[in-house]
Amino acid sequence: MIVIIDYKMGNIFSVQKRLEKLNQEFIVSADPAIIAKADRLILPGVGHFAVAMENLRNTGLIEVLNQAVLIDKIPILGICLGMQLMCRYSEEGNCKGLGWFDAEVVKFKFEDTLRYKVPHTGWNTISIEKESPLMQHIPVDSEFYFIHSYYMKANNKSDVLNYTDYGMKFASAISKDNIYGFQYHPEKSHDVGELLLQNFLEV
Amino acid sequence: MLRPRIIPVLLLKGNVLVKTIGFKNPKYIGDPINAVKIFNDLRADELVFLDIDASKEKRTISLDFIKVISEEANMPFAVGGGIRSLDDIRNIISAGAEKVIINSYAIENPDFISEAAAAFGSSTIAVCIDVKKSWIGGRKTWTYGGSKASSYSPVALAQLMEKKGAGEIIIQSIDKDGEMKGYDLELVKQISEAVSIPVVALGGASTMQDLKDGHEIGFANGLAGGSMFVYQGSKRGVLISYPDKEERFIPIVR
Repeated sequence: MIVIIDYKMGNIFSVQKRLEKLNQEFIVSADPAIIAKADRLILPGVGHFAVAMENLRNTGLIEVLNQAVLIDKIPILGICLGMQLMCRYSEEGNCKGLGWFDAEVVKFKFEDTLRYKVPHTGWNTISIEKESPLMQHIPVDSEFYFIHSYYMKANNKSDVLNYTDYGMKFASAISKDNIYGFQYHPEKSHDVGELLLQNFLEV
Repeated sequence: MLRPRIIPVLLLKGNVLVKTIGFKNPKYIGDPINAVKIFNDLRADELVFLDIDASKEKRTISLDFIKVISEEANMPFAVGGGIRSLDDIRNIISAGAEKVIINSYAIENPDFISEAAAAFGSSTIAVCIDVKKSWIGGRKTWTYGGSKASSYSPVALAQLMEKKGAGEIIIQSIDKDGEMKGYDLELVKQISEAVSIPVVALGGASTMQDLKDGHEIGFANGLAGGSMFVYQGSKRGVLISYPDKEERFIPIVR
């Protein structure tokens, strides 16, 4: 069963709707017993990094997720803030993350504020940096929907799955073993996003 | 490479879509769900829904409506209409919208934008600024569907909203609404130069050239329109359209 982790950080409805369209059964839950038995986990999220970490801590989910992901190796998909939480640290709220990736989350800062607005909002392309089941049949020039003010700086190049260009090259997706994180929103990215979700369900 | 977004703006009156001219004379366009299905097929970048009577009638855009849209839409969408509380925003985001759009209440209570940005993140909060040219010259901002003048200039208001934590400014020309003669480019450019958050141009677009001008001359990051996407021809026959994949590609200005 797919479990969408419910830690009160908004916008799970669209993920639910996309899974329904793919004829998938799922549960939205924060229950450790249910999470432990999942065969797929999805960690969505919109909002403030430090608030999200606090919600995970207050609901006892940090230990539960560490067990499920790092020890039981359940495949997990992080989206947007959900991906950022997988990193070691974020500037947003000066806060430690789950630390699954050796990466920091920092704010976009540009001198040319006429050309480069923050948040980075809209449809942008990705490069595919390594072979991954999640990138199966995804065309190289595919556009995905982005909306974020903070981006990930990955210290291990081998973790980077996609780069995207916005004033500079930043890691827009990351993966290691059973862990996949996407800065962009597959659930909002038309057919190609649906394909990516489908790929995750077949991992 | 990021490219400017092309955004159909759909106006709700009751349960149906309408289109106005100068914020007046709403004409029936059709059923919103049907429109979303067509925009899905046309792979639209993003959609905006505005309930044009909500603020005046002291209510919030219908949550049931947002849920139905969310079930259909394969792309991000934003909604506005009578939003006045953090609960309103929470409900709307939980119902599947990517962003909320705040107009009247942002101007009455700018601190509400700070609270909203702190709770939901700046990228969730867009502010729509409605602008009319004044008969004595210059431009003024308006609220409640263009019925109540505010004391802020467009630039001052955009900068205040950015400072309070808004993640996007939709700059709408009331004079140009429905005229289909192009954006108020001078206004759009002023706002783009004044803030470092994304700016969406709205009001007057009718051709791809208008959209290109919005980006190349006005530096807008989002190119929104109403009539352009729901009307066809000089007689304004209702027909939903959207530029195809090649046509919609507007290179970023260098």
